[in-house]
Amino acid sequence: MANNYTDHPELKFELQHPLMKRIVELKERDFRDKDAYDYAPLDFEDAMDSYDRVLDIVGEIAGTTIADNAEGVDLEGPHHEGDRVRYASGTARNLEAMVQAGMNGMTMPRRYEGLNFPITPYTMCAELVAASDAGFGNIWSLQDCIETLYEFGDEDQHSRFIPRICAGETMSMDLTEPDAGSDLQSVMLKATFDEKENCWRLNGVKRFITNGDADLHLVLARSEEGTTDGRGLSMFIYDKRDGGVNVRRIENKLGIHGSPTCELVYKNAKAELCGMRKMGLIKYVMALMNGARLGIAAQSVGISQAAYNEGLAYARDREQFGKKIITLPAVADMLSLMKAKLDAGRALLYQCARYVDIYKALDDIARERKLTPEERTEQKTYAKLADSLTPLAKGMNSEYCNQNTFDALQIHGGSGFMMDYPIQRYYRDARITNIYEGTTQLQVVAAIRYVTNGSYLAQMREFEQAEVSEAVKPLQAQAKTLADLFEQAVEHVKEAQSQEMQDLCARHLVEMAADVIMLHLLCYNATQQPEMFEKSARVYARFVTAEVQKHHTWVMDMTAEALEDYRCK
Amino acid sequence: MSLKIVVLAKQVPDTRNVGKDAMTPEGTVNRAALPAIFNPEDLNALEQALRLKDQHPGSTVTILTMGPPRATDVIREGLYRGADGGVLLTDRAFAGADTLATSYALSQAIKKIGMPDLVIGGRQAIDGDTAQVGPQVAQKLDLNQVTYVTAIEQVKDGKVTALRTIDGGIERVEAPLPLLVTVNGNAAPCRPRNAKLVMKYKRASAPMERPADKPLPYAEEYEKKPYLTVTQWSVADVDGDLAQCGLAGSPTKVKAVQNIVFKAKESKRLTGSDADVEGLVKELLESHTIG
Repeated sequence: MANNYTDHPELKFELQHPLMKRIVELKERDFRDKDAYDYAPLDFEDAMDSYDRVLDIVGEIAGTTIADNAEGVDLEGPHHEGDRVRYASGTARNLEAMVQAGMNGMTMPRRYEGLNFPITPYTMCAELVAASDAGFGNIWSLQDCIETLYEFGDEDQHSRFIPRICAGETMSMDLTEPDAGSDLQSVMLKATFDEKENCWRLNGVKRFITNGDADLHLVLARSEEGTTDGRGLSMFIYDKRDGGVNVRRIENKLGIHGSPTCELVYKNAKAELCGMRKMGLIKYVMALMNGARLGIAAQSVGISQAAYNEGLAYARDREQFGKKIITLPAVADMLSLMKAKLDAGRALLYQCARYVDIYKALDDIARERKLTPEERTEQKTYAKLADSLTPLAKGMNSEYCNQNTFDALQIHGGSGFMMDYPIQRYYRDARITNIYEGTTQLQVVAAIRYVTNGSYLAQMREFEQAEVSEAVKPLQAQAKTLADLFEQAVEHVKEAQSQEMQDLCARHLVEMAADVIMLHLLCYNATQQPEMFEKSARVYARFVTAEVQKHHTWVMDMTAEALEDYRCK
Repeated sequence: MSLKIVVLAKQVPDTRNVGKDAMTPEGTVNRAALPAIFNPEDLNALEQALRLKDQHPGSTVTILTMGPPRATDVIREGLYRGADGGVLLTDRAFAGADTLATSYALSQAIKKIGMPDLVIGGRQAIDGDTAQVGPQVAQKLDLNQVTYVTAIEQVKDGKVTALRTIDGGIERVEAPLPLLVTVNGNAAPCRPRNAKLVMKYKRASAPMERPADKPLPYAEEYEKKPYLTVTQWSVADVDGDLAQCGLAGSPTKVKAVQNIVFKAKESKRLTGSDADVEGLVKELLESHTIG
């Protein structure tokens, strides 16, 4: 029986990273729940064993129920009935299975019926689900909006809403509008305070809202009359039970058909404020987006894995010129590189997730007591690391996901272009990953400051000190050479003192940083598990050497005069 | 009304994906080469029981299985999905039982559990394929029985309404409680394991599974949490008559096991021509394979 978790031991390897010790310690607070909840862990090993078992359940549901329903869901899609959404029948069955398995509100504290799981194993679940049906992955993964409600809502809101999400109700984040896509500062949905009813009222239109008919919505709306920028926006909670929001249409999309993308009309919809006024975009949506970006990175890795599996299976099976095509170097080249990108991207994803876990757990502890100075330093360090890696994890994995589905389809030849094989679905589903939750271009905007402030370089230099196996030493040395090229390219851009030049070179610089950091992560993995990762590490080292040299050449050639060639009218 | 339900479940070798080492040279099942699994139709039966429990709060579902200590896996799998408890019937004297001896042992255990409102089992196990154990248990306990069920629709006023598969269709039947039901593989699949229940019961074990020679990990937990100890009964515990148990109580004797080998000469090569197709259809009609 297919199990997306046990079929890919790379996930269990990532789960067993040494940082998990600290994460569990912080998340479980000396295992204080063990007497109050019969499912709480007794110690570190017990917690890790529980994560492993839960991943096994999700892997099985994804590998059986969700995988079996995927094609039907893709063909059927969601239905627009009246003002509501009815999921494709397979989607409804997937959701039922995940709810029965208790996989909702996974990261929430036990007092609200959650599993109190760290972000890392939760993110792994998101990968496992997305590998079988990326569209359903969205519906299920939107549960992580509850993190934002937990972080910024009040006690009363926690107790009213969190248990409902843990019981399986779904969420959406209503941000974008017809005239506010990447530029969320232009959001115009109007929020007015209803003195008589002592509540907020929402009026206007939202567009491209994933799972827009969800039970609980987090809504970005303009609460400050007369404002036009991000400082006039607040975040609201809309409860579908109160009514007032209708689904006007469901978009017809290239991919992720299981995920209903909705246009919503708010007609005097009752809502309540989450957190403080005017902090909607500046603080809360940023938090929401960081969580969602990690989710899309996980979705990307999941699709990448599924595409790689399809490419590999086809290449092993297909015969041409009297032999299996997997023996042809041109095909094997694609497969080796796909696997290397997959392993590298996954390593980056979970490194980032672990950083997020540490700082978020410390944030949560800070709600109960004052952090010690050491803890405060730890929190700041990891928050900064997480913020720097999140756009890389999202940006690179979504690009790799597109590249891997492209290559996996290519391996299928003409058959890949037909609608008969699953690869066409992965290929279509992949295309949104580098667009939503911030395009790759916007991930670069988020990441560039860590290029210019030396944060990425510092991380590389630290990795260079790590103990690695003899076999990996040449790769680590190679990474150092590449870091030197990166440093040189950054200096070149800084010296030009031109914002336009920096903006134009940004993508190249950010990719160089990501390439080198991922190579270091693979060096670590290959040292720990040579059989699982050494080949990928070598293939990846060759690949990024060429990539970094390419970017280096491009950036070093860039001059003030050359900028003219890149101005378009 | 709340219901007392016993689910009959069996641990079986997974015969669905049989490789070439699935049989020993002696013609018996090579259990080492086949993973032990929850008999698939027993999982369908468990789902029917759990649905009744969802509809009738306060109901209890007890998994009953007979087998070696490792068969406790079946009970754990039941607990992970929402069963309230389980009983492992284990004793060397139970070994080698045919369907008659098995149904005797199971019915003795059910008497000891206390007469339930419903006994639900899979139609048959994928190792023996007899479909005899369910009906025999009903007979021994003097219970009404409904077999080949695809759905228990409702339990109301002491009566069960169920859909059962018959030749060429489905019939809806009504039967009074207490009742034994056997469930088909085309009934709803069993729900997945639940995260909280897995974490709660993952250390549940039968006493005989625990190492005798070394300390048990988390030993103190078993004292604090009685639900971690799976009930385990021997022949004596269920007041069993040794003459009716195990090999001694099994009139079935395997005379010989035959390997069926398909030989090439039994195959026929047909082309896509009209004459060949017509010939094949005629032949299949004559042998009543189709039509």
